[in-house]
Amino acid sequence: MAVTDMGRGVADAPPKVALLNNPKFRSWLFQILLGVAVAYLVYSGWVNMNANLQAAGVASGFGFLGENAGFSVAQSLIDYDQGTSSYGRVYVVGVLNTLIVAVVGIVFATVMGFLLGIARLSNNWIVSRLATSYVEFARNVPLLLQIFIWYFGVLRLLPQPRDSLDFGPLGLLNIRGYFAPKPVWGDGSAFVLYALIAGIVIAIGVSRWSYRRQMATGQRFPSLWVGLGAAVGLPLVVFLALGAPLTWDMPVLGGFRPSGGMTVIPEFIALLVALSTYTAAFIAEIVRAGILGVSKGQSEAAHALGLRQGQNLRLVVIPQALRIIIPPLTSQYLNLTKNSSLAVAIAYPELTSVFAGTALNQTGQAVEIISITMLTYLTFSLLTSAFMNWYNARVALVER
Amino acid sequence: MIDRTNVTAPPENVGPATAFVRGKMLAEQAAPSVSRGPVGWMREHLFPSVPQTILTLVCIYVLYLIVPPIANFMVFDAVWSGTDRTACATEAQGGVQPNGWFGACWAYVGAYMNQFIYGRYPDEEQWRVNIVWLMFFGGLIPLLMPSLPFKRENIAFMVLAFPVITLILLTGGNFDVIGTYLPLAILTVLALAVAYGFARGSQSDPMPGLKATAVIFASLFVIVAVLGIDFGLERVRTDVWGGLLVTMVIAVTGIAASLPIGIALALGRRSDMPIVRFICIVFIEFWRGVPLITVLFMSSVMLPLFLPEGVTFDKLLRALIGVALFSSAYMAEVVRGGLQALPKGQYEGAMALGLNWGQMMRMIILPQALKLVIPGIVNTFIGLFKDTTLVLIIGLFDFLGIIRSSTSDATWATPVQSITGLIFASIIYFIFCFGMSRYSMYMEQRLDTSHRS
Repeated sequence: MAVTDMGRGVADAPPKVALLNNPKFRSWLFQILLGVAVAYLVYSGWVNMNANLQAAGVASGFGFLGENAGFSVAQSLIDYDQGTSSYGRVYVVGVLNTLIVAVVGIVFATVMGFLLGIARLSNNWIVSRLATSYVEFARNVPLLLQIFIWYFGVLRLLPQPRDSLDFGPLGLLNIRGYFAPKPVWGDGSAFVLYALIAGIVIAIGVSRWSYRRQMATGQRFPSLWVGLGAAVGLPLVVFLALGAPLTWDMPVLGGFRPSGGMTVIPEFIALLVALSTYTAAFIAEIVRAGILGVSKGQSEAAHALGLRQGQNLRLVVIPQALRIIIPPLTSQYLNLTKNSSLAVAIAYPELTSVFAGTALNQTGQAVEIISITMLTYLTFSLLTSAFMNWYNARVALVER
Repeated sequence: MIDRTNVTAPPENVGPATAFVRGKMLAEQAAPSVSRGPVGWMREHLFPSVPQTILTLVCIYVLYLIVPPIANFMVFDAVWSGTDRTACATEAQGGVQPNGWFGACWAYVGAYMNQFIYGRYPDEEQWRVNIVWLMFFGGLIPLLMPSLPFKRENIAFMVLAFPVITLILLTGGNFDVIGTYLPLAILTVLALAVAYGFARGSQSDPMPGLKATAVIFASLFVIVAVLGIDFGLERVRTDVWGGLLVTMVIAVTGIAASLPIGIALALGRRSDMPIVRFICIVFIEFWRGVPLITVLFMSSVMLPLFLPEGVTFDKLLRALIGVALFSSAYMAEVVRGGLQALPKGQYEGAMALGLNWGQMMRMIILPQALKLVIPGIVNTFIGLFKDTTLVLIIGLFDFLGIIRSSTSDATWATPVQSITGLIFASIIYFIFCFGMSRYSMYMEQRLDTSHRS
């Protein structure tokens, strides 16, 4: 015990302790035991799995990815054919469908979340109360239930195709989905794209030049408006000069379902709305915390320096709030992507639904398919955390 | 030095040259009527400027658009009693309601209430579930009220007796435990030997360590023996469990398992031992990187493959394992946040006092770290409670699952049935989750010993 040790003289040799009480030995003994136990668990799982698979007569290996899948997929961003496409292609279709709902959902959730977060801080009583009630409701009801409410509750109330809600130039909405006009680009429209790219390049160049000039001479240049003019105006001028080579393929009411246009399936709408409204509530809380996290003295100092309210927000408050907001915001984006897997409950054809669902049921190769699915999500997650580490390192306060 | 009396209190009578200076202090007056009372409040909070006024009016209009239809649907147009679908269907759909009627069908919820709570648990055995509910709330509510005494006994009941009694009541008990006695006995001997070895190595009295080990293993023996007793209860298989019962079983088991495993993982991740740290990091990052639904798929289709032939788990247990592993990874990160937030001086102070690692963690570090992260822990609980709904995807009938499956019954099939069930489910989930979050805010305030104000 410590007390008896202290009684011995300083000059004495270190007291002899039993090997079991030597911290170094103990730590390595413990680690080796743990390592052996984990290795044994993995090994016995592997052996059991092989025995079980052999007994069940299930094929193993990744050969099935080249085989013909033979089932239909309701939405595909790339060519997919029920008769000839392989399981590998099903996987790609699933990943793309996951990504499209995640990307669109992230955009919606961010816009809505920032508005809600600012609304919660508003001095206007009714605005902040409305925002608070919404956030509390959305955060405390399970996402799956919200998806069901949108899919089985709200979207089922939409009319049959022949009574479609007609939004004129914006398309049709009915129980089979949203039928949007489809842009058909005519000859020479590639030049519009080139003009857009050129405009963006010019805008970036102007803003860099004006920043350098302001740093050197203190003179300001309206780079925002010039840049915006270049990025929007240039393609617009080219577009008009080419004689507006764009026509719209409008959906037309038909007997069974509207024809023409682009179809957005109801599963996509339900999932997108549920994911973005749910995540927006969490983003709102993050934004609110971020803004509250910038101390009031910062704004007061900015005003004392003579900055106007807009400059104060743009140059002082928002940059500091973003430092607090961005890390949890990225993890909300990741959550949204992972939560898109709940689509399996309403059969939106994303990764979990078509690959870990239908493809798994058809091939029975659980180990391979679940591993691929998990690894895919794991890759998204690792990429996100890599970004987050990079960002954190970039914006970290340099303390002196 | 300036004579300050002149500045603060002017003399009563000043000459004609300063006649414009009021000689007397005026009595205080109330603020103008437009800036106090309800009018003042409204001017300040609703109509301070033109844009704000427009915003307020827009919000009132939005409320006008949303609230009356919802109130009509849920209360005024709702059907509260009835025996079958005709009560909640319009005349065109073969019911009694006027055409164009649109209201909630609470009669359907009432008719299914028993299923929503117990699932298909046999009617004559439901008293067992009721006792479990009673024990759960009877044990939990006093535990949550800080002013009530007997916390130690209460915790002991909830941690030791409650799980065993619940397991026996819900399943029927009478487990085949003969095979576990021998391994348990061997473990006991090993543990006693290790405890003795440690005590001998540090030349201290071996009795306290031996006693503690003996008590732990004796209670394990008692638990195993009790599980083996035949109480004459009928066996109820888990595939007939359902509704709130399953939701609660999954949530409570997940919470109970995730806290200790999470703490262990967090300590492992902060440990100096490289192998331990590596294993913990891989474990945590893996589960946090994948969606829960793939974890449930894995535990329902892959887990059986990893087990030796002949060993089978039932579906509920497999889901429980998946949920527990998943949530303990999240819990570990929350706890790690608390551990990192503690100043290094706490560790150094504990070591300077001569505490060993276990004592340091148990008495100094964990109490402070866990207190710091109570909001995070409760958030994880709320997340876990909401995530229990996912088990319906692998075919278990939790609360939401049984509500969804009840819509396939033709007795109550109407266009409003589905939405009524979903709204009912949202109200119940909201009450539970909102209650948990409010309780955590209350505890946070109570436990706040910092001197920020």
